[in-house]
Amino acid sequence: MATYVAPVPQITAHDAKRESKGWTSWITTTDHKKIGIMYMVTTFVFFCLGGVEALMLRLQLGAPNNTLVTPEIYNQLFTMHGTTMVFLFVVPMMAGLANYFVPLMIGARDMAFPRLNALSYWLLLAGGLVFYSSVFWNPPEAGWVSFIPLANSTYSPSGGEDAWIYLIHLTGLSSILGAINFYTTIANMRARGMSWGRLPLFIWTILTYSVLLIFALPVIAAAVTMLLTERHFGTHFFDPTEGGSPILWQHLFWFFGHPEVYIMVLPGFGVISEVLPVFARKPIFGYKAIAASTVAIAFLGFLTWAHHMFTAPIPEAILVFVMLSSYLIAVPTGVKILNWIATLWRGTVEFKTPLLFCAGAIAIFLIGGISGIFLATFPIDWQVNETYFVVAHLHFVLLGGAVLPIFAAIYYWFPKITGRMLSESLGRLSFGLIFLGVLTTFLIQHVIGLDGMPRRVYEYNDVGHLALYNAISTVGSFILAAGVIVTIVNFARSLKVGVVAGADPWGANTLEWFTPSPPPVNNFDVVPLVRSAEPMKDIRREIERRSTSGRSAGAATVPTGATQVGV
Amino acid sequence: MGHLLHPTFAFFTPLSGGSPNADHIDSLYKITLYIALVIFVAVEGGLMYALIKFRKRKGAVAAQIRGNTRLEMGWTVAAAVILVALAVLTFAKLGSIQNPPSSSPGGDELTGDSVAYASSERKLPPNGKSLNINVIGRQYIWQFVYPGADEPDGLGAPYSYEEMVVPTNTTVTLDIASADVVHSWWIPELGGKFQAVPGYHNYTWFKISKPGIYRGQCAILCGRGHARMIATVRAVPPAQFDEWLTNQKREITEANAAAKEARAKLNSQTGAGQVENP
Repeated sequence: MATYVAPVPQITAHDAKRESKGWTSWITTTDHKKIGIMYMVTTFVFFCLGGVEALMLRLQLGAPNNTLVTPEIYNQLFTMHGTTMVFLFVVPMMAGLANYFVPLMIGARDMAFPRLNALSYWLLLAGGLVFYSSVFWNPPEAGWVSFIPLANSTYSPSGGEDAWIYLIHLTGLSSILGAINFYTTIANMRARGMSWGRLPLFIWTILTYSVLLIFALPVIAAAVTMLLTERHFGTHFFDPTEGGSPILWQHLFWFFGHPEVYIMVLPGFGVISEVLPVFARKPIFGYKAIAASTVAIAFLGFLTWAHHMFTAPIPEAILVFVMLSSYLIAVPTGVKILNWIATLWRGTVEFKTPLLFCAGAIAIFLIGGISGIFLATFPIDWQVNETYFVVAHLHFVLLGGAVLPIFAAIYYWFPKITGRMLSESLGRLSFGLIFLGVLTTFLIQHVIGLDGMPRRVYEYNDVGHLALYNAISTVGSFILAAGVIVTIVNFARSLKVGVVAGADPWGANTLEWFTPSPPPVNNFDVVPLVRSAEPMKDIRREIERRSTSGRSAGAATVPTGATQVGV
Repeated sequence: MGHLLHPTFAFFTPLSGGSPNADHIDSLYKITLYIALVIFVAVEGGLMYALIKFRKRKGAVAAQIRGNTRLEMGWTVAAAVILVALAVLTFAKLGSIQNPPSSSPGGDELTGDSVAYASSERKLPPNGKSLNINVIGRQYIWQFVYPGADEPDGLGAPYSYEEMVVPTNTTVTLDIASADVVHSWWIPELGGKFQAVPGYHNYTWFKISKPGIYRGQCAILCGRGHARMIATVRAVPPAQFDEWLTNQKREITEANAAAKEARAKLNSQTGAGQVENP
């Protein structure tokens, strides 16, 4: 009787397509990592443009009664600077980081809607190009908040204002599509075992960022559409002689504009909450409190917009309400800061560059948070609003809450993205210069404001110590710029000669470090089972246990070993 | 350039010293500053201490602590208590900042037509009497219209540009409006700033005891000339003010009459010298 021999299972290996690296692979890609890189590179270029604009502003103000630029160019410069930093750098840079790391951190193989994701990027680029093309004609000059009636066709007849409107529309659409994509991805594509209570805190902030964008952006989209029809089609939404109201613009703009602040800083907080535990070798202190405070800040952020309008003719009841709601938002924000300090407490803090940037970010953000209390108190706001005090405040908030965390994120994740480490010594130098530059530039601006110098003025008289204070601030801005340049040099150098990073150079906690650096196209061959908020810690522990208990050494290598761990 | 801005400077506090509302804002600011400094030193100090004390050392092992509910509740409540205290302080100070006092003895004898009507936004002194000046912002100059119109519609009222002359020891209420874009009225030593918005009225007040010149400038971007949209308030003794106002009114009347005459002359011309639409 012939015995039946089961056929040996075979895998027929066809040629696997080599990953394409040409420029067409970039413009046709739907891979979240390539899109993420394009986001980050594009927004970093805009950051440099915005920075150059800032340096020109500071050069003009470096001496009293300076005539380096005309009032027209000065107004164009600060309008471009503010708009660029908000709409073309911080918000889309966060989207870039999220693009790259949301799928990796939650154990997904891509975003939920990869083609929509590509569309988000190309809309962002289109918005940036439309806006910057105005440089060749007439850039907008009504400020990044486009004061109305100043921004209507009577007082700003040039097309620059329209370029600004299209920028808001295009980047807004980009952000809304991105936000829907992030939300869907996080809600549906998490690894097995990653319950809401095990979601990395950076992912919590991106989830909140997405919800904020979805609620806030339609309001600004409506407002700029109204401005567009006002400028070109004869509507009168903001014209008091026809029954409209300029205050309506302020309400609509700030109803978007204040949540926008949290859209910018919450992902930064997320980065801090990821980086500190890794370099303190300690779990985050109060995971639930940090996640909950993120959501609380987002909710309260929608109730405080009128604190940007304390000097406008609005009823006193609103002033009081908004003062109290703005105070209230200080509580969850303070909770976060104290939780971060408690995370460092009794840890073993390693002073690597990402940790330095995070510690600097907390120190700087705290100054902005405290000056925010002065601005929330409306009688004090009446004195300091619209002066350099506010300029100082907003820069401390955004540099501490968004920009320094972005640098921390770059230093932390560069090894994952490129496979190479950034130089530590250049990183430290860059941090030192940036930190010193921020303090030198902006601390003194509180005093400039208290001495009565309004913002958005292209010249000032040589009275009191204004000349000295402004000169200090200008010097500081160049120190800050030098710090940024050191980081750019570091990128260029490390791409070629950086130390090869390996999968998990920091001994980190989250799933992106489970993949090789850079990760392959579809991220994970096997998605590990998540059993805590720090899955990589579990995996490392398991590997250690198995390798010391004498199992085969092969099981100890990531990711083959870990696939067994995960299942 | 002359000293166009401020005669006195303070490093850590807003300018004050011209009017009680500015002084009360200054004292509210100082109380807030003291509380803020304590928080600043405590939190930055805690951060520095944690970074230095717990830096990585040989043999040190990080404590695996995931939280402490009692501690976290404690600092949440502490933060809330500090903010409640700040809110109470602000409300305690608010009246003296917002509500104008009556003029002091030695102030201007205000006549009937300078009395404005109070409303929930426009606050008036207890005796209901103030010198009410309409402040009108326009690109790029401030206009000040005084009481004393010839006609009920306000025509013929004395006015001035850029420099507002006011009597000392007299409560001055301002009715702030705009003729074109949004501006912001601000003389730091005389209190906070208030937007001049087309279609709206905004109100504030000041009362100056020391004669002198108080300088400020438009505080909201209003176009290319924004930086040069300056304003000065010159406080003079009441008698001198009355004289100035009478003089101002006379000069305006005379200038109007001269202009009328010139127009009539142009209109009557015929032939080569005739001007179309004079």
